[in-house]
Amino acid sequence: MMNYFKLIALGLITLFALIAANYARDLAYMVNALVVALAAAGMFLWVLRQTDEPVEQADLSGEYMDGVIRAGVIATALWGVVGFLAGTFIAFQLAFPALNFEWAQGLANFGRLRPLHTSAVIFAFGGNALICTSFYVVQRTSAARLWGGNLAWFVFWGYQLVIVLAASGYLLGATQSKEYAEPEWYVDLWLTIVWLAYLAVFLGTIVKRKEPHIYVANWFYLSFIITVAMLHVINNLSIPVSIFGSKSVQVFSGVQDAMVQWWYGHNAVGFFLTAGFLGMMYYFIPKQAERPVYSYKLSIIHFWSLIFLYIWAGPHHLHYTALPDWASTLGMVFSIVLWMPSWGGMINGLMTLQGAWDKLRTDPIIRMMVISLGFYGMSTFEGPMMSIRAVNSLSHYTDWTIGHVHSGALGWNGMITFGALYFLVPRLWNRERLYSLSMVSWHFWLATIGIILYAASMWVTGIMEGLMWREVDANGFLVNSFADTVAAKLPMYVVRGLGGVLYITGAIIMCYNLYMTVRRSPAVAATNSVVPAE
Amino acid sequence: METYSFLRELADSWMLLFLFLFFAGVVFWVFRPGSTRTYDNPAGIPFRHEDKPASDGDAASREA
Repeated sequence: MMNYFKLIALGLITLFALIAANYARDLAYMVNALVVALAAAGMFLWVLRQTDEPVEQADLSGEYMDGVIRAGVIATALWGVVGFLAGTFIAFQLAFPALNFEWAQGLANFGRLRPLHTSAVIFAFGGNALICTSFYVVQRTSAARLWGGNLAWFVFWGYQLVIVLAASGYLLGATQSKEYAEPEWYVDLWLTIVWLAYLAVFLGTIVKRKEPHIYVANWFYLSFIITVAMLHVINNLSIPVSIFGSKSVQVFSGVQDAMVQWWYGHNAVGFFLTAGFLGMMYYFIPKQAERPVYSYKLSIIHFWSLIFLYIWAGPHHLHYTALPDWASTLGMVFSIVLWMPSWGGMINGLMTLQGAWDKLRTDPIIRMMVISLGFYGMSTFEGPMMSIRAVNSLSHYTDWTIGHVHSGALGWNGMITFGALYFLVPRLWNRERLYSLSMVSWHFWLATIGIILYAASMWVTGIMEGLMWREVDANGFLVNSFADTVAAKLPMYVVRGLGGVLYITGAIIMCYNLYMTVRRSPAVAATNSVVPAE
Repeated sequence: METYSFLRELADSWMLLFLFLFFAGVVFWVFRPGSTRTYDNPAGIPFRHEDKPASDGDAASREA
């Protein structure tokens, strides 16, 4: 019976999406409407084929729901490669502007590809990694199957639809020009629905947990889900110009809009890229090191201080702007205080290896997790330093910022995700071990050297251009034009691009290794108790 | 009083005090006597139930 309602709903969505495509006022909206129509029509056929078929009633409460996690692992690896590829390409576009091909203007020039790169790595790669690991961790630490049945699959596919709509929209020019929140109003609305479903699945699983205590990793994951929901809704308050067009107008304007944007932007870093990934850290590092976290007390203090401090740090993005001084001072002070919880968390993760440091020699996966903590410590030291007003006057608008972001994203988020993927794949596909440990070592070194090339070249070029911009002669005139700094940056841009090439090579090796693990590694008997793997 | 002034006054008086006391309370709570032994059990959560959920009568995790 339920299937009939689904069929009616999907049919109506397909119809309305096609009507919307017909009345579309711009190309991006039309393409997005067609994508929605195609997705809904595909779902319609899929549901139709299952309707009135005999349903197998198996009691699944005795096993974990791992199918959706396997899908998430595949999506994470593939989106990662797409995002790294886009990033490496636009790095070379900056070095060699001829790569902004004439025939691809308004489609694949730097301005169109840049949001594609940032969204692909943060939301497609990072988001899928967070969703699939959170589903894995919350089940194992709650000793309960995911709540909500197929709702988890809705979250997975709904999130992929967000990614496809956002990416195709960027290329065709649909953007609300808010950094890291570029998708237009209808994608924002859809993401809100998917995100609330995600919250329901996660919270539902915690509510029906069999462990009396909520493990600390789940606290981090839960704060990430709730805070991102709040940030997303408030930063995307906008009024569409037409329901048949992608353009919308922001509700806030001027400095209020800027403050809301960076309150969102910095907490996207704080809760998406930090709290969520710390949830990963608190599960996968103890598991891989085979010993409990160094100090559970410290992890609780880490959680509460991170939550209390991060939310105030946003104004440091708006030094020397129309934002009142008190607000930017507040942001600066809280950013500096953030040193303590960040380093407390890093120490907690590193000291988990106490008595097991020899594993660093033999286990490239734990090496990956440890270096991710190293980069976490480094970028959470660098960030507060750059938020100090005097330092910011040199670093702001330069490539130093880009270097800082990438040592955090490639080093901390990337490496801990790779470690988690290497941990998950043998377990999820019931394999005895990974296909090749030496490939993991290759990945480790390629990625590490790639990040070092990236970060070092961006320090040099960032500080150089900062100094060139402020250089004045004896009469008080500026010495350099903007184009002088662009010309001086070429060698560093090439080095940065090469760093990207190394990093993506490592990621491709990882994909091959994981694929071969599933195909070739010796199998172990399935650990599920009731039925064979889904 | 207009909304802005009210919120501004609340933010740097009672709300500030409340948030500070809450945070300080958490820190003191974590270091309460006997907490080291209490937290031994949650720290071991990742090492139980890796393969399948706890069954309803699973005493090991219930009583701990």
